[in-house]
Amino acid sequence: MAVTPPERRIWWNEPIERVELVWIVIAFLWGLFMFVFMIAWHFIGQQNLSKEAYRIQPSAYEAKVDEFAKKNQVREEAGIPVVKAKPGGDVYLLGRLWQWWPILELEKGQSYRIHLSSIDWQHGFSLQPTNINIQVHPGLEHVISLTPTQSGEFGIVCNEFCGIGHHTMTGKIYVTEPKKAEAEQRLAEGDKR
Amino acid sequence: MTAETVIGAVPAKAEFRTCQYTGLKVDVAAQKLIIANAVAAVVFLAIGGLMGLLVALTRWPAVHLLPADWFYLILTGHGANVLLFWIIFFEIAVLYFASAVLLNSRLAAPKLGWLAFVLMIVGALATNVAVLQGDSSVMFTSYPPMKAQPHFYLGLILFAVGALIGCILFFATLVIAKEEGTYEGSIPLVTFGALTAAIIAIFTIASGAIILIPTWLWSLGFISDIDPLMYKVVWWGMGHSSQQINVSAHVSLWYLTAALLVGAKPLSEKVSRVAFFMYILFLQLASAHHLLAEPGMDASWKIVNTSYMMYLAVMGSMVHGLTVPGAIEAAQRRNGFNRGMFEWLRKAPWGHPAFSGMFLSLVFFGFIGGISGVVLGTEQLNVLMHNTIYVPGHFHGTVVAGTTLAFMGATYIVLPLIFQREIVWPKLAKIQPYVFGIGAAGISLFMMGAGTLGVARRHWDMTFSDASLGFAHSAGAFLMMGLNGVFAVLAAIGGIIFVLVVVGTALFGQKITSGHKLTFPLFSGGGAIASHYGSEKSPKLPGTIVLVSIFFVCFVLYYFINWKYLSELWLFR
Repeated sequence: MAVTPPERRIWWNEPIERVELVWIVIAFLWGLFMFVFMIAWHFIGQQNLSKEAYRIQPSAYEAKVDEFAKKNQVREEAGIPVVKAKPGGDVYLLGRLWQWWPILELEKGQSYRIHLSSIDWQHGFSLQPTNINIQVHPGLEHVISLTPTQSGEFGIVCNEFCGIGHHTMTGKIYVTEPKKAEAEQRLAEGDKR
Repeated sequence: MTAETVIGAVPAKAEFRTCQYTGLKVDVAAQKLIIANAVAAVVFLAIGGLMGLLVALTRWPAVHLLPADWFYLILTGHGANVLLFWIIFFEIAVLYFASAVLLNSRLAAPKLGWLAFVLMIVGALATNVAVLQGDSSVMFTSYPPMKAQPHFYLGLILFAVGALIGCILFFATLVIAKEEGTYEGSIPLVTFGALTAAIIAIFTIASGAIILIPTWLWSLGFISDIDPLMYKVVWWGMGHSSQQINVSAHVSLWYLTAALLVGAKPLSEKVSRVAFFMYILFLQLASAHHLLAEPGMDASWKIVNTSYMMYLAVMGSMVHGLTVPGAIEAAQRRNGFNRGMFEWLRKAPWGHPAFSGMFLSLVFFGFIGGISGVVLGTEQLNVLMHNTIYVPGHFHGTVVAGTTLAFMGATYIVLPLIFQREIVWPKLAKIQPYVFGIGAAGISLFMMGAGTLGVARRHWDMTFSDASLGFAHSAGAFLMMGLNGVFAVLAAIGGIIFVLVVVGTALFGQKITSGHKLTFPLFSGGGAIASHYGSEKSPKLPGTIVLVSIFFVCFVLYYFINWKYLSELWLFR
């Protein structure tokens, strides 16, 4: 029994049961497949998290976001600037106690370089209902090339606990339909790539 | 070098009794320590479980019980009390049992065992005080730059030092048993599994010390800054690896229960032991599971680590997933339940709470905790669930429906054999694993469902009613959180029954005397089997093959469904 020493002292020379052996081979091959599939997705998939990140002082990041918002603001909502970024350009989003700032307006099918960082504690960027979830650290500026594939109004929730106001920390992204047909074309090309 | 020189001046005299059911020699000093640690474990389970119920009732949108500050406070306490204190106290009891009792040996340095116990109690109380004082609601993970009171960290450090001493006593007892020749050949499989757990525990505690001591000094003002990313890498060397202690410990208890209740022998000692060995080699890499959505981590680092080196540790668990039911099937067929594919399973001792607890734990751990863990830990898929309530869904599948249920089941063996008390309220005890198990499986599944729909973890208000920019979750997400609340109540009822039965038995249970017939008997052929142990001889296992095939199909389907979800997301690189 499993509570007594093995019957044969030289238990490591006993043959393995066939059913066990088959299962070990299946488990090993399945593991190998799952391992290779993660690598493969870097080549065949369109959803791979960027590793581009820079160390930055929180105050320096805050200044960059302020400047970006001032330059590109199109209107205001609930006292928060709504910022429309140039397609293909840099977009800055700031997490702080307790808001995502500013509100962004993007165009469907366009790619943006989204910069993410926090100026105080860690936050969780959670784009809903799309369900893209990325950790945001103070002192690290994470740059992600993001292409919206849906239009409409999207919420950003914080899903890393950040103190008593954590559940009030939200933000917003508007995605507008592309104005030109060529954007659709770019998206189609992006799919092929 | 003798055992005495290894562990210092320890009196070699020990008082033994012989167990009338198993024939094992039980060191009375070890028995007392096992009882003390098991009782402490149950006390912290009661506290932490109650906190868990309060958390679930707050996250149930229709109830929304606690105010926000209390919610975050209680959630912090819930994590520490059940994930650390309940489980590790119980594991220390398992270590003493698997070394001293199973090897017929005396326990090394019982006085140090009591020192370990006191340190763990003091540590657990200090952390609880810090949490209840209200200014350490930093969650179990305490990610900097969020800061808790110094005694929050100090309590965890003291607790870890105590647990470390417990592990060292386990190793020392192995040395003594070998030295004094209390067993022949190799250590039993259950002890081997416990050894795996203890080795991983050393790694875990070392990681904890490396990160918690500087963090404690930081909270005292001696260190100016803790890098949040570095903290995560090292902290999860403790936080996730400690879950691998649980896996090793509860898999050992699966083998133990199968052996004692149906007379199961390992199909092959070699395969089961190598599967445990895989845990030691690869499970510590799991820190990466918590860094997949982090800035600046390289893909190759993530892939190698998150997959436990090509899923070799997952393979270890999949092997146990075959060998444990396989050993039970082989034993049951030998016991005469040979008809059809599943008579062995139908006629298993389902009325024995240790068996039902063990088997439900095996099923839930594999199907819920295991599959969701692999999916959650896949590099790209993680972005779908990172920090959503899917994550607690996953680990309630492993730690509650898996580990806790297995520990509860084992308790029904420990009560008569070690406490030497007859179990009070056997009818309640009989249904307890089902009530708790179904409740725990329900909360796991519904949290996973809600997480798939984007609900955040550690979040007081999914309606965002106080937020300046509102967001409305889907009706399905609300339904999932409501069902989570319902099943949490069910799990809590199961937990309350468990605590009542344990406390009732410890205090009022009939003392077991010589010749007493147990309400929940062990396998009757126990003595005969024990004299003729060893690996199974070419068994036929059609039932197990079917069960394992169902598992594999579920695994593959669920894996690809999630890739489908991922491929529908916005594009990012």
